[in-house]
Amino acid sequence: GPLSERRLMDVRLGELPAWLATCDFSPQGLLGGVQKAWSNYYDKYINVKRGGPAGISMLLAGYCLLSYGWNYQHISKISFLVSV
Amino acid sequence: MNLSFFDQFTSPSLLGIPLILLAMLFPALLIPMPDNRWITNRFSTLQSWFFHLITKQLMMPLNKNGHKWALILTSLMAFLLMINLLGLLPYTFTPTTQLSMNMALAFPLWLATLLMGLRNQPSISLGHLLPEGTPTPLIPALILIETTSLLIRPLALGVRLTANLTAGHLLIQLISTATTTLLPIIPSVSLLTALILLLLTILEVAVAMIQAYVFVLLLSLYLQENI
Repeated sequence: GPLSERRLMDVRLGELPAWLATCDFSPQGLLGGVQKAWSNYYDKYINVKRGGPAGISMLLAGYCLLSYGWNYQHISKISFLVSV
Repeated sequence: MNLSFFDQFTSPSLLGIPLILLAMLFPALLIPMPDNRWITNRFSTLQSWFFHLITKQLMMPLNKNGHKWALILTSLMAFLLMINLLGLLPYTFTPTTQLSMNMALAFPLWLATLLMGLRNQPSISLGHLLPEGTPTPLIPALILIETTSLLIRPLALGVRLTANLTAGHLLIQLISTATTTLLPIIPSVSLLTALILLLLTILEVAVAMIQAYVFVLLLSLYLQENI
């Protein structure tokens, strides 16, 4: 289909700049993008007939990684060789 | 330097955005909105069952007027439960370890129950300050004691939650530091410490759930007296 209506996973690498140009980067647009991404994830992994712990575990693992990245500067200052 | 153990409780921020914002918004993702299907996915079904259980438990001792509080009490319970449990994952931040947040939750809700009681049934609310059957000479002292205990309730609510979670996280950090430090020196003692750490983690999961429950239960009790 036309470039602006394809999802990110369906866009080929060479077409990426062109696809980015068609994106809406206003606050409503970004919020709509986040909402679309979340509902795609939810419908694919959690909102299924016979779901298991996998969908939520991936979400929690992503949250842990994000938290790690968020406090990286703080954590990197702890030295494990300091004796009390 | 032991002071570094308390660094886990400073509120970290990246590019000026504090992590507490992410930590408070994330539970919203884990509680999906029920869509209009008869049979929802397993996750939603489990959650609806759980929330019905909580709401039924909380609302049983309350009269009809108290049922207006169902939404706020159940959502408070879900919020605290999610936040406490998510705080046990590695590298995450637990907002309820901050006294400011717990006082912000406890104080307005307690004050609301108190003001409702004083407004709708003032004599009954004031009557709670004197237990039945006290001997007459003790009445002034008892009224002072009961007033103090009434006024200290929000402080107790907030500090209880903060202290329990903070102490738990601190213990986990201390014992895991001990385990890793002892590993090259005496592996057997390190194994024992690792076992203690496992038991402590199970305790912390229980404490996280119990503390959330106790907070909301006490608020519903204060509501019961005043409504």
